[in-house]
Amino acid sequence: MAPPKHRRPGFSRRAQYGLFAGYVIATIGVVIALVSVAIWRLDPTAFALVRGVALDATAPFSAAGAAVTRGLSSGAAEVGAYWNAGARNRQMMDDMAAMRTALIQARADRFENARLKRIVRLVDRTPQTVVATRIIGSTASGTRRLATIAAGSSSGVRPGQPVRSGEGLVGRIFETGRGAARLLMLTDTGSTVPVRLVRNGLPALASGNGDGRLRIRALIAGENPFRRGDLLVTSGTGGVYPPGIPVAVITGADALTPLARALADPDRTDFVAVQAIYAPEAAAPPPGLPTTGAAAPAVTGAQ
Amino acid sequence: MIGRPPAGSAHRGALIDGQAPTVSRFARAVPPVTTLLASLLTGVLPIVADAPALPPFGLLVVLGWRLLRPELWRAWMALPLGLADDLLTGQAPGTAMAGWTIVFLVLDVVDERFLFRDYMLDWAIAAVAICVCIIGALLASGQTIAQLPLFLPQMALSILCFPLVERLCAAIDRWRLRQ
Repeated sequence: MAPPKHRRPGFSRRAQYGLFAGYVIATIGVVIALVSVAIWRLDPTAFALVRGVALDATAPFSAAGAAVTRGLSSGAAEVGAYWNAGARNRQMMDDMAAMRTALIQARADRFENARLKRIVRLVDRTPQTVVATRIIGSTASGTRRLATIAAGSSSGVRPGQPVRSGEGLVGRIFETGRGAARLLMLTDTGSTVPVRLVRNGLPALASGNGDGRLRIRALIAGENPFRRGDLLVTSGTGGVYPPGIPVAVITGADALTPLARALADPDRTDFVAVQAIYAPEAAAPPPGLPTTGAAAPAVTGAQ
Repeated sequence: MIGRPPAGSAHRGALIDGQAPTVSRFARAVPPVTTLLASLLTGVLPIVADAPALPPFGLLVVLGWRLLRPELWRAWMALPLGLADDLLTGQAPGTAMAGWTIVFLVLDVVDERFLFRDYMLDWAIAAVAICVCIIGALLASGQTIAQLPLFLPQMALSILCFPLVERLCAAIDRWRLRQ
């Protein structure tokens, strides 16, 4: 390939200055860009406005594309469902027989649970859902694992709010536009969630491994508490994530810091719920303090 | 263009001293617009990926144009294109802006040193540029170099995709100069 012409401007003074000015502008631009990266590292909200505008501008394209892929994949699923109808039917009959007994047990447990809660007067603070929406895309080529949802600050979505799907925790809101928001997925290396083992209640931390899996670290020293297949749910420690949301299942047999698979697979999740930030400081007052309203006279009346 | 010297009117649209009187406004707008579209495609593809999977199309297209037509853009042209890529793909603002411009500046030096290049050397240069930009984005987003193995599949895919993208750029180039 022949060398390009314009790098040698010849004797024209004007062309020489033009070439030089181009390099000066490029160098200054690089410095400005590096400074903005540094600013963003120190304060991720620094460019929130302009990034939000860009997010809003691209979200409609994502939403349209998501609708097409959803249509295609659901069409394929329809064909597959016809193909497997007989086998699926038999399997579901078997499952239903097994579930019926489990359902009776669960009803009994729920009654028992409600009774025990009444006894200890535990206030169940389920955080309210801000908005239910769809996941419409992600930064598949980016270095951060961010997904885009089709609701933004106009629906009350704020950075930091936890996002869950029917299967489990998906992540938390990272930045918002007016009509779209990005969420940091659990599997990002910058995400850490306080969890506990369902089997014995031991606390642990689940941090993203960056490749679609989670790395689990126990918070207590001593023998290895993890087993393959253990279920992890959020503990609610430190706020933000409300307690009791399923997070992951341990898949690796590594003794100290096993790998786990997130229960909510964002690629197959369509609807997610953005929830208010969980604040344990504002929990029910400790027993013994005077209560207001109708409860206090009722108690004195009973005595 | 690829693997053999340019034939016939392929250099009709060459910019001499930044001025191209023979090329229409439309033909001049095509390369930046295709780069923007590639960045947009990266940002809005409705795929929710657990790991960095897709190649950065904006980077591939900008490299394709730069290696195919070295006389097309001055080095500062990477600044607005990189800014748009940062905003459309949602990475740390300034990542592509700095990365692409540094690549363009280095390529100006490379143009001086390797006067006559063939296709394989262009591919090797693009491979190095892709690796540098992905590692730069990795560091800019606050991760450490220890996470590099996660990005190796993406790098390999991007390097393998580059010849395809350059072919596409060459086809678009012929089409825009025929208009």
